Amino acid sequence: MSLRHEPLSEAAAARLVQAASLGGARLAIRGGGTRSLVQPPEEADILSTRGLAGIVDYTPAEMTMTVRVGTPLSEIVETLAENRQMLSFEPLDLRAALGTSGAPTIGGVFATNASGPRRFVAGAARDSLLGVRFVNGRGEIVKAGGRVMKNVTGLDLVKLLTGSQGSLALLTEVTFRVLPLPETALTVVVSGLDDGLAVAAMATAVSLSVEVSGAAHLPESVRGRFAGGVLPEGAATVFRLEGLAASVTARAEKLEAALARFGAVYRADAETTLTLWREIRDAAPYADGTARPLWRVSVGPTAGHQLVAALRLETGVDAFYDWQGGLVWLRMEADAEAELLRRYVRAVGGGHATLLRARPEVLCAVPVFEPQPEALAALEGRVKAAFDPSGVFVSRMVAE
Amino acid sequence: MLIICLIDEEVVKKKDHSGGRRIMQQIGFLAPRPGVLARREEIVADLADLLPEGCLVHEPRRLVPFETDAFVSYRRLPLAVALPETTQQVAAVLKYCHRYGIPVVPRGAGTSLSGGAIPQEDAVVLGLSKMSRILEVDFASRTATVEAGVTNLAISDAVSADGYFYAPDPSSQLACTIGGNIGMNSGGAHCLKYGVTTNNLLGVKLVLVDGTIVELGGKALDAPGLDLLGVVCGGEGQLGIVTEATVRLIARPEGARPVLFGFDSAEEAGACVADVIGAGIIPVAIEYMDKPAIEICEAFAKAGYPMDVEALLIVEVEGSEAEMDAMLAAIIEIARRHGVKVVKESQSAMEAALIWKGRKSAFGATGRIADYICMDGTVPLGQLPHVLRGTAEIVAKYGLRVANVFHAGDGNMHPLILFNANDPEDAARAEAAGNDILKLCVDVGGCLTGEHGVGIEKRDLMRHQYSEADLAQQMAVRAAFDPQWLLNPSKVFPLEGRPAA
Repeated sequence: MSLRHEPLSEAAAARLVQAASLGGARLAIRGGGTRSLVQPPEEADILSTRGLAGIVDYTPAEMTMTVRVGTPLSEIVETLAENRQMLSFEPLDLRAALGTSGAPTIGGVFATNASGPRRFVAGAARDSLLGVRFVNGRGEIVKAGGRVMKNVTGLDLVKLLTGSQGSLALLTEVTFRVLPLPETALTVVVSGLDDGLAVAAMATAVSLSVEVSGAAHLPESVRGRFAGGVLPEGAATVFRLEGLAASVTARAEKLEAALARFGAVYRADAETTLTLWREIRDAAPYADGTARPLWRVSVGPTAGHQLVAALRLETGVDAFYDWQGGLVWLRMEADAEAELLRRYVRAVGGGHATLLRARPEVLCAVPVFEPQPEALAALEGRVKAAFDPSGVFVSRMVAE
Repeated sequence: MLIICLIDEEVVKKKDHSGGRRIMQQIGFLAPRPGVLARREEIVADLADLLPEGCLVHEPRRLVPFETDAFVSYRRLPLAVALPETTQQVAAVLKYCHRYGIPVVPRGAGTSLSGGAIPQEDAVVLGLSKMSRILEVDFASRTATVEAGVTNLAISDAVSADGYFYAPDPSSQLACTIGGNIGMNSGGAHCLKYGVTTNNLLGVKLVLVDGTIVELGGKALDAPGLDLLGVVCGGEGQLGIVTEATVRLIARPEGARPVLFGFDSAEEAGACVADVIGAGIIPVAIEYMDKPAIEICEAFAKAGYPMDVEALLIVEVEGSEAEMDAMLAAIIEIARRHGVKVVKESQSAMEAALIWKGRKSAFGATGRIADYICMDGTVPLGQLPHVLRGTAEIVAKYGLRVANVFHAGDGNMHPLILFNANDPEDAARAEAAGNDILKLCVDVGGCLTGEHGVGIEKRDLMRHQYSEADLAQQMAVRAAFDPQWLLNPSKVFPLEGRPAA
């Protein structure tokens, strides 16, 4: 039976980690527990960040916020919204897709680099994170980065820790930049495109100076499961425009004119836009209450549909595309097909696949994170040891 | 004007045209490894075997161009300079140097303002200037894949006819290389909207210190595993040698318009910047110049800067004509609240180009009237007026002059401290004033360097910003890449208190 620790301060967390490292114990860091179905090994204790919560500093005029990692994401989003600001990278919420419950924390967002549709133009969580405090595997309290937008003072450990999935250190406090909430938004929808044409349409859209802040393709198999089924018949290739009302309208006209040659063009209003892009962000069509394998695959923008076409010849898959085609949400009908999928990812020019959902025994047996080539695995092992020499923090991220 | 800071007598005789005065060196280098110096001829012969003809420089006279970078106060002649043409040759040189414990200092165009490319006597300089091909431009994926020796501007030039550009734009973009930009995580005037190098870099081919070639990232937006690319970018050449890079291209906006805002005081200009950002308006660039900087740049570029103001902001907006008009109207309204004295819009593309020419040549123009050292601290926006005041007080205390020209929108300050390099005491005062200014930046919640890098220049101030535990953690990560500390070993981390290699 593993223990559950919930330190109430950074200092207490540091003492706990230090004791664990000296005593040979292992800790699995847990925020809201909403982003992963992978169970930690039985011998590991749970280190919960729930006691490390609260907004430390928020200066709207400087567009930065400092919070403790256990702070619920919802609290941060609401506080920012009161000042008409937001997290630019749109952290995704995986609860519905994974069937998890609980409150996502900001620590979990940064530890998994959880980034939604705007990521392909505005950067990922890692691009918004300015500074961190953390406890390394020796139980030392360390800070990296700061609270200014531009900082190249020393090695950028902030980037290294973002998305490290709890493998290197316990984040305790994060400082990130925020952006103004757009005044309004709308979505331009092009109907009836096959995957290949959709890629061409998306490439056209990003080549224009209209600043699309979302470009996704929803094939006919999933289209009806978005936005309450209000999108027109056939596949929907969708483009989000955000900003000042007059500018959004002007850009929409320009975009529609350029896309008309691809297919019938519609416009979705601000309310539909809000729902639609939240559902794209959270892979809503696959929140189906099943344990059918769900993959999140990152490849080059023109490679996503090639990957899916190749897989379709061999196995049953359903898919839709975000990030101009480079992010593929993939639901397998039966087996996880990890080897097949990863072989094809390499074949279409490289990238990586993360298994988010499957039956428990599959999650145990399959490498959920992309295995690294030998030289990189060795390097990652040395980097892990630089933070956590005795291997206190357990994570599937870094091969042991 | 000549800046001479001398290391040993041999160089004194050769370089010092100012009467043999010897300037005290404040910043030390690691002592050369005697075993390496003793094997110099053998090493040169071995490297010659590894490289094609014309790719190795070793005669002392021909080594001189490599003895410093844009941080000209410090110079060291390297042991040799390797100028490989391929990643495989880079790997071969690194494998050899690793085996025999020879330090390696990577070099792009040598435009570092912090001494990041200054070699040392026992080091092989690995110059990437011969690796300057653009390998692939993929507009559908919005990426360009280039060799590390390609200049920053060459990337934008190669894609501009198709309506794209590469966003980070350091002032030295005509000369500086993408490899150097990655090493320093370079910024530029237009980073306010588009981010710095790390936000525009998708992948690299990296040669590790033992000669192993690895690929990090690629055309996909994120890479598997730990974000090693994130730490290699800005690693100042200590973690490996980048030989190729895949960068993100951005569609060029319909139009861009720089506008000049003149103020009677630094406080008003600083407060205006904070209010513009605070109002949720993010122009592409907000650049600040104080009166001395305005005078210097105007004399050089004839850009039409107003001369009767104490502080000048160059605010650039972009988009369609209607969008630019709307954004400018909002900015002008805020500026009025802060008593703006002059608002001047560029009337033509040529005028716009002149405005930027003046700004981008600020360092060069300053160099024509005096020697200077350029600081690079970044501060929270609300602290700008306070730090500008503090900078003036510090510089006055040392009896020196300062010109301020910097990226105000993100709080990245560039005070240029003017001094006379032929007066050793003046030089020492300038260095001391610079250190005091950087400490002030850190003390108000900022950092030592926003975009120039630590190099040797700010190395010994690192303890002012970081605790021992902070530094130890960074050094442990460094050692994970380079256990023997062979790559650019005299830089970034204070020489005392390093872990035993």
